[in-house]
Amino acid sequence: MTTIEGVVGKTGDATQMTYREAIREAIREAMRRDDRVFLMGEDVGRYGGCYAVSMGLLEEFGPDRIRDTPLSESGFVGAGIGAALGGMRPIVEIMTVNFSLLALDQIMNNAATLLHMSGGQLAVPIVIRMTTGAGRQLAAQHSHSLEGWYAHIPGLKILAPATIDDARGMLWPALADPDPVLIFENGSLYTVEGPAPDPTATGDISHAAIRRPGRDLTIVTYGGTLSKALAAAEDLATHGVDAEVIDLRVLRPLDDATMVASVARTHRAVIVDEGWRSGSLAAEISARLVEQAFYDLDAPIERVCSAEVPIPYARHMEEAALPQVAGIVAASLRTVGTHA
Amino acid sequence: MHAPPTEPRAVDTRDVDPRSTDPRVEDLRQMLRIRRFEERCVELYSSSKIRGFMHLCIGEEAVSVGVLGQLGPADAVVSTYREHGHALARGLSMTAILAEMFGRQTGVSRGRGGSMHLFDAARRFYGGNAIVGGGLPLAVGLALAEKMRCTGRIVACLFGDGAMAEGEFHESANLAALWRLPVVFFCENNGYAMGTALAGEHAQTDLALRAASYGMVSWSADGMDVLAVSDAARRAVEFVRDSGEPCFVELHTYRFRAHSMYDPDRYRDKAEIASWRERDPITALSAALQGDETLSQHDLDRIEAGIIAEIDQAVAEADAAPEESVDDLTLFVHSEAHRDHH
Repeated sequence: MTTIEGVVGKTGDATQMTYREAIREAIREAMRRDDRVFLMGEDVGRYGGCYAVSMGLLEEFGPDRIRDTPLSESGFVGAGIGAALGGMRPIVEIMTVNFSLLALDQIMNNAATLLHMSGGQLAVPIVIRMTTGAGRQLAAQHSHSLEGWYAHIPGLKILAPATIDDARGMLWPALADPDPVLIFENGSLYTVEGPAPDPTATGDISHAAIRRPGRDLTIVTYGGTLSKALAAAEDLATHGVDAEVIDLRVLRPLDDATMVASVARTHRAVIVDEGWRSGSLAAEISARLVEQAFYDLDAPIERVCSAEVPIPYARHMEEAALPQVAGIVAASLRTVGTHA
Repeated sequence: MHAPPTEPRAVDTRDVDPRSTDPRVEDLRQMLRIRRFEERCVELYSSSKIRGFMHLCIGEEAVSVGVLGQLGPADAVVSTYREHGHALARGLSMTAILAEMFGRQTGVSRGRGGSMHLFDAARRFYGGNAIVGGGLPLAVGLALAEKMRCTGRIVACLFGDGAMAEGEFHESANLAALWRLPVVFFCENNGYAMGTALAGEHAQTDLALRAASYGMVSWSADGMDVLAVSDAARRAVEFVRDSGEPCFVELHTYRFRAHSMYDPDRYRDKAEIASWRERDPITALSAALQGDETLSQHDLDRIEAGIIAEIDQAVAEADAAPEESVDDLTLFVHSEAHRDHH
């Protein structure tokens, strides 16, 4: 079940950084700042992480704090919860969201419930990171986007960093949170390169961000589809349509205020979600906009989601299953009553 | 944080015969206290004061008293949904346990948990887990924290024979042995995973043998004899404290009552139940103590009376306790909400 994606690449330019390097620097900084912080997961140590996120950290921090685990997702996620109860601040890496289902009992029945079930006595300050999403021809068991399922669960905070700044900035506040935080890293983002984030910037894990302001419609998205939404917005500009793009950043709790305020300005909404449509995060966002912005809407809400199939291997099939720029553009034009 | 419940009121046994300084007398008193408490719980369940799922450990009291008695106050305990005995032996307040089962604000879990979810952070009692096997990884993680923080403290993890069929047992045993963590796995083997007998769920019914395959020191002891349990638990705790490595102790025991209050108990032979009742840990120890004249019938009556008085008072106090306000329904979902509220 192991996946290998490339090798770690130093960009060679100190002003530039990849998404994976940004996460690595965030882990490194957290471990230097707080000796209660440690990283554990499958192949995070000698191998350097299946997506090379933790490459080099074993050499700096040693095998106690960069802890390789057996292939026992329920065991080591539960151990992370126990360590958090015992005064540590674990970062648990699960290779992909698909494998996290083997640990769902621990996440749902322990991490998310212990504080409430104990009448407020037992907080669980754990951070669980995992890769999500498709687009790399890894087929169904390595390609699903199930973060929407986790966003269903009270007691969890769900983050989806879509930018290098967020990859760098969200980890420390997640570790400072007294309750469980899950961080979903879309696998297509690890190699994305951009300006190195300001390491002193304070990360925000409460609000959505408007990544592109616009007047004519609101595109709500997160994670791996942010870049597609932004590309669609550029394409829409050539049609004379000015799209606003919201990056949710936090999938639970949702930042309703930012979405509703945007729709109050644009009167149209398109939701782009790599998850399946039925019972999805996109469905929840759509419901909230109808509940809270019904009289501001001038057109039906559109959703662009993955096709309701297990994600297939063949490139053309996989591309057809996932939200793409053309589909976002088409849905957007429908909301403004224009045809390309 | 929710303030821990008040200290349990100690029952005064000072006017019992001086020979009662024999520690076996306190073992007997603790087992009787658990037995009488649960018998009262049955009455309270029948009168609908207690609802939900309730699992009794009547018959298994020697395990609670023998195991919990060997731990230090700073050690951690991870338990199961059949945990009234573990909780009482750990020193959780009887009043607060009852208040929890009555669904009251002063309950150990402020009415959010009920019988299956008793917690006490101050006594490092980590529940109260109703997913079979779900507590084992937590115990591994607690032990990992103790090891990384060099505290010298250990973790006691109690679970049943049914949990040994769960993957989480095998993952946890492997992790604890691989990482050399200070945890004792106490398997309270009462012979049944709910209604399925041991031989119907395990290809290899020698549970200590299976645990040993993970490279852990493992052995079995008589769970119906509190002295045997205490001895086994003492050796296990000393081993883990000295070596820093895990070990496994299987305690053969039996529940005299059904699995839960909903269970008609159709799957057990009456003769089998009767034969185990002959090995009642309380009757056996009581007979031994009276046989060697450590304890008179009069002493025993006084102990019983003290326990009944404690239970009466706990029931009265729990019954008088307030209910949590529904305004606080969403409290404790996040720590932030808790902080905002206060």
